[in-house]
Amino acid sequence: MSLVQIKTAAKTGPKYWRSLDHASSTPEFRQWVEREFPSTAAEMLDGNSRRTILKLMAASFGMAGLVACSRPELKFAPQARGQEDYMPGTPYSYTTAIVMNGQATGLLVKTYDGRPVKVEGNPDHPSSQGAATAQQQASVLDVYDPDRSKLVMNGTTESSWEKFEAALKGVNLGDGAGLRILSESIASPTLESLRTQLLAKYPAARWVEFEGVSRENERLGTQLAFGQPLYVHRHFDLAKVVLSLDDDFLGLDSNSPSATKNFSKRRRVENEEELDSISRLYVVESQFSLTGANAEHRLRLKGGEIRQFAQDLLGLINGGAVAGEAKRAAFLTALAKDLKAAGKEALVVAGRRQAPVVHALAHQINQILGANGATVSFTSAARPDRLDGGVEGLRTLAGAMNGGQVSTLIVLGGNPVYTAPADVQFASVMAKVATSIHLGLHPNETAAAAKWHLPEAHFLEVWGDAKTTSGVPTIQQPMIEPLYGGKSQIELLAQLLGAADTKGYTLVKNFWSAQLPAAGKENAWRKALNDGIIAGVSAPTVSPAINAAAITAAVGAAPAAGSGVEVAFVPSFAAWDGRFTNNGWMMETPDPMTKLVWDNAILISPAMAKEQNLTNGDVVSLSQGSYKLEGPVMVQPGQAEGAVTISLGFGRKRAGSVGNEVGMNAGLIRTTDNFWYASGFTLGKTGATHILATTQEHGSMEEPVLSGLGFTGGGEHRPVYREATIAEFKKEPKIIEEMVEVPELESIHPPVADYTKGYQWGMAIDLNACTGCSACVVACQAENNTPVVGKDQVLKGREMHWLRIDRYYVGEEDNPRAVEQPVPCMQCENAPCEYVCPVAATTHSPEGLNDMAYNRCVGTRYCANNCPYKVRHFNFLNYHKEMPDILAMVQNPEVSVRMRGIMEKCTYCVQRIQNAKITSKASGRAANGTPLELKDGDIQTACQQTCPADAIAFGNINDPNSRVAKLKKQERNYGLLEELQVKPRTTYLGRLRNVNPELEKEA
Amino acid sequence: MSGVRQDPQLLGVNPPLVQGGRDYHDVTDDISSITEAKVYETPMKYWIALACTSSVVLVLGFMLSYLVANGIGVWGNNRPVGWAWDITNFVFWIGIGHAGTLISAILFLFRQKWRTSINRSAEAMTIFAVMCAGLFPLFHTGRPWRAAYWLFPIPNTDLNMWQNFRSPLIWDVFAVSTYATISVLFWFVGLVPDLATLRDRATGKMKQLVFGFLSLGWRGSARHWRNYEAGYMILAGLSTPLVLSVHSVVSFDFATSVIPGWHTTIFPPYFVAGAVFSGFAMVMTLLIICRYLLNLQNYITIKHLENMNKIILVTGSIVGYAYVTEFFIAWYSGNPYERFTFFNRAFGPYWWAYWSMMTCNVISPQFYWSKTLRRSVPFMFCLSIVVNIGMWFERFVIIATSLHRDFLPSSWGYFQPTWVDIMTFVGTFGLFLTMFLLFARFLPMIAISEVKGVLAVEKHLYSETQREEVYK
Repeated sequence: MSLVQIKTAAKTGPKYWRSLDHASSTPEFRQWVEREFPSTAAEMLDGNSRRTILKLMAASFGMAGLVACSRPELKFAPQARGQEDYMPGTPYSYTTAIVMNGQATGLLVKTYDGRPVKVEGNPDHPSSQGAATAQQQASVLDVYDPDRSKLVMNGTTESSWEKFEAALKGVNLGDGAGLRILSESIASPTLESLRTQLLAKYPAARWVEFEGVSRENERLGTQLAFGQPLYVHRHFDLAKVVLSLDDDFLGLDSNSPSATKNFSKRRRVENEEELDSISRLYVVESQFSLTGANAEHRLRLKGGEIRQFAQDLLGLINGGAVAGEAKRAAFLTALAKDLKAAGKEALVVAGRRQAPVVHALAHQINQILGANGATVSFTSAARPDRLDGGVEGLRTLAGAMNGGQVSTLIVLGGNPVYTAPADVQFASVMAKVATSIHLGLHPNETAAAAKWHLPEAHFLEVWGDAKTTSGVPTIQQPMIEPLYGGKSQIELLAQLLGAADTKGYTLVKNFWSAQLPAAGKENAWRKALNDGIIAGVSAPTVSPAINAAAITAAVGAAPAAGSGVEVAFVPSFAAWDGRFTNNGWMMETPDPMTKLVWDNAILISPAMAKEQNLTNGDVVSLSQGSYKLEGPVMVQPGQAEGAVTISLGFGRKRAGSVGNEVGMNAGLIRTTDNFWYASGFTLGKTGATHILATTQEHGSMEEPVLSGLGFTGGGEHRPVYREATIAEFKKEPKIIEEMVEVPELESIHPPVADYTKGYQWGMAIDLNACTGCSACVVACQAENNTPVVGKDQVLKGREMHWLRIDRYYVGEEDNPRAVEQPVPCMQCENAPCEYVCPVAATTHSPEGLNDMAYNRCVGTRYCANNCPYKVRHFNFLNYHKEMPDILAMVQNPEVSVRMRGIMEKCTYCVQRIQNAKITSKASGRAANGTPLELKDGDIQTACQQTCPADAIAFGNINDPNSRVAKLKKQERNYGLLEELQVKPRTTYLGRLRNVNPELEKEA
Repeated sequence: MSGVRQDPQLLGVNPPLVQGGRDYHDVTDDISSITEAKVYETPMKYWIALACTSSVVLVLGFMLSYLVANGIGVWGNNRPVGWAWDITNFVFWIGIGHAGTLISAILFLFRQKWRTSINRSAEAMTIFAVMCAGLFPLFHTGRPWRAAYWLFPIPNTDLNMWQNFRSPLIWDVFAVSTYATISVLFWFVGLVPDLATLRDRATGKMKQLVFGFLSLGWRGSARHWRNYEAGYMILAGLSTPLVLSVHSVVSFDFATSVIPGWHTTIFPPYFVAGAVFSGFAMVMTLLIICRYLLNLQNYITIKHLENMNKIILVTGSIVGYAYVTEFFIAWYSGNPYERFTFFNRAFGPYWWAYWSMMTCNVISPQFYWSKTLRRSVPFMFCLSIVVNIGMWFERFVIIATSLHRDFLPSSWGYFQPTWVDIMTFVGTFGLFLTMFLLFARFLPMIAISEVKGVLAVEKHLYSETQREEVYK
């Protein structure tokens, strides 16, 4: 800490880094600086060395303190001077937007005293509608990541922005013939305008947009089907029958919560009438995705077989017949009939991993069904000249780099060295470029390969803008001064263009000043900042004509499905394409399907496991020609036969202390030709094993069958997740409620409190709507300061998530269904945890909450033992203390941080309840002295607020008009383990499956 | 103490409790000499044993410090298995203590004269076992200073609140602390006449002072004896319900919960029987060692050992019966969770723990139907250890296997101990044995005054010939 004192005493300006460097003589700090590109392996995996590195990281707090102390040039008013209307300690939310794959999602970011701590969705933004995905929730943690890039690097030597500017002046770009710019998909209008300017200034330059996980095939599909690139907008809320051709739109194929949000509108059942409007979902896919788990009917096919499936479906819809395997044929026949019956209420979607021709076929089917224009709409995705996109664009670029045609390469964000296909060999061709510049958030693999590495500011630190694919723009506002210095992409580009003022604020303001109407311009600007969208601006929809002949031609030219083991590459839930690999929250959030944390695995089907004698954790080698990858397998029920799936984003060398060397790098066997699916692989056992950490060991609701000495027992079904088909439910509305017999409670004890008076908090979770997306898990972690514990602790079952999602497989082992059930604290009225606590550290509030008094807890763990739901989490070690100090900045100041030896659990976000009550009291005082009655919706728990499916209802169950009270009145409402008479306040609404009677016999 | 009146003709059938023709003087000499011996006079084997056990105490100290410094995470406890070796060891050690109380209180009230030569060491063992047991609830919180402060009803000004008297853990606090207090008192009161004997025999000033202080002015007057016997009787009366209550309360920790495998009414009697069973086995182990180390064959005779073996046979059978009843009820109740828990115990991932328990606790004591085995010292030594292993497994099976698979299959897990778990448990053995060895060397480990009471038969042997006949 002495470091900070030295620095603050010395008046340091923007150049503090250099002077800091000179002044710092402590060996730890020197070591830390030298470790700018830390090469040591994933210390986060190992408890002891994790502690060591985190101690080292504490040195970096020096810098954080400094930045906070450094005098802002323009934008941020220091807190030391009082401001009107500003109350220290009060949270303020600001609008901004996050961009992934060129899709913007509007966010509301809650800040405390200038620190962004919690990301929420912006209710006014069309892509968000108030929700945020798990990754978006976790993005705030990256702001404080101590491994972020802090220095301008020239090769391996430290440099400065001044030196970079000087060097840049020395580069003669001429007409830009040797200039290439490589960026991710761009959604920023300001950046687009700068790009136009740049391409005009350098008429021979080219721009390439590439991401390891992109929507390129979707764009190419529209090009094929309609002759023009289009953005496809699916309206799941209008669709009665949905077919997904390998599109995990509820999970990994979405970049915003909007798909889930809209889909759930047809899945939630708030009243009787809605029973008949529930949509039906068919999924055809290779790996078991979240969308597959939510499907009524799912067919396992290899990725390469899906085109044939789409062709057969098209044939059937056109009145043809289908032959082949009986199960597939029956599925196709029933599906075609159902789609046709739905007509324009049908919707066929194709996933980003499918070839353009499959997308085109989906468009064609939609066209025939009348869905185009009804459940699907289009906006133009036209791009400027000299812009190459996707894998092809990257291949061309690499060819040019290899051929010496590129003298200057500017990489704007991203990590192409890691995400590029293996055959491109991006790192080695990059070495051939005279001037390579990388602007990035982290000193990652690309930074190491570039001549110049420039630190990029996080999107929560900069001014910018972003528009959705439907053309709705949002201004990005900074929540904090760039913690580690750094510039935004637009600032760098403006600098390249030689702009006089390269400040992000000026660039964005100037751009939008030109767009906004002259009258009331300033008001419109302020309103845009306040609302998070610029009202009235959106792209016009187009109604393109389909080119059936081109599609037929493309189908004819399409290659046949390959042989051998097929490998599918999917973005990982935790790391996505590698951008969240160093994000502890994401790494520890269990994958919604596999429940795997801190790793990726080669997912294989149970049949393949049996055939090759493999179990979870056996290391296999996957090889095809010169491409070879070794990694552990995990048996995934529901995986297509002969196909394996590996998620991207792992096995990184320069992710940072959290993500280095975690998992395996699927990119090693990913090539430009086989970007999403690669066939012809052979799989062989190596004999080695790797320990995989999952948060759920037993995956079904059936007890295992146990036998010995002539006895056999177990194997019974536990109706934990209750579901029925709609027909069953209509016939017998009590079917869900009566799945378990609940005896009458006979007790000699009087009730603890009168639960009929005042606010009585309760929660209802609609299993029909919940997709299992796990956004709530991260939201809860961010809101309630639950620590990240690391792989070794997860292996010991010590993960701390207050809200977990249980996944159960139902049915046959090879091809089961999967169901997802969120489990927070049940806040039992007869709580088994309460009476066993010797020190009364957990007691019941008059409002029906099962409260935890952390200060009183001595840590006997009796409450956790006696909790039938096992939702109580014990701080076995001092998890918070092991974190780098700077991560204290991301913690919610309204929730106490728990030390070791303390039990914790879901509180129904009691801090939010109290805040609402305080507000109601304060405003009541202002009015007539009595607190205002809280209205339904005044309090939202963190999980409820972010839930993209609106599956969670929370409120006062004593208020008959509250949403939660209404939901709890439904016939399908049931309490988990209610037969134990614990009277859970959290209840579930059983799932109703809208099955096609032709495919599944109804009871 | 009234003398034992026995028909000399029956001595072969019912031999004297003290053998080797020891008379009053011999008894005093034999037992006091152990405590009065010079360092070099005590057998070397004793010092070697003490060195070994006390180094294990150091291990315990290190383990507990490591635990306090880092937290419970250094153990293998997890979610769902919140209690594992910690509470297993607690219940194990508390159970061990029960034999001491049973021997000193209940057998006293039942006028079982054979208890006299073993009661002192059994009581000492009780105290040391309770000490070991007490460590676990205190340290298993990871922050013992907080546990010690909050768990006792010490007036506090910051919260102004009581403990939660509905919690069985609070009942435990009172049950165990009462038990510890009564046991110490009972033991000490019994020691007073012997301490006075040591005081009277003491040669050094220091010894005289210490023993003088401890013997509370005992002069052996009739009045002292009258008060002493009344007091001893009252304490025995107080201790007797404790034999039943302490382990009953400990069993409530489990019985009052909702967890299948724990939530059962059979636990109090089942735990008490198990405690007596394990306690006797531990007394047996210790006495056989001391008998050998300190040459006490004349006082701790085969008859004593055989009597204890009979108790082991009875309680072992009760325990076996309880195991069967548990299974029957799990089936008969129709409760699917309960049923699965028991199947899981026998055939689930912890089957080895379950069958270790069954073999050690139910099958092994049945060997004692044979008189030969009941009287064979090497056999009973081995078996006493087997029984204690079995009883440790019993607690592990109840605690860990019930927790590891409870209601929701999603939260099932598995517990594996860490080296800290293991070494902490080993460390408590070090503490227990060290305390016992120190006791055996520095205090009269056999109740001199009480043993003299059962010597009375000697007076009825009228000639050397007859004595020789009896003791040949």
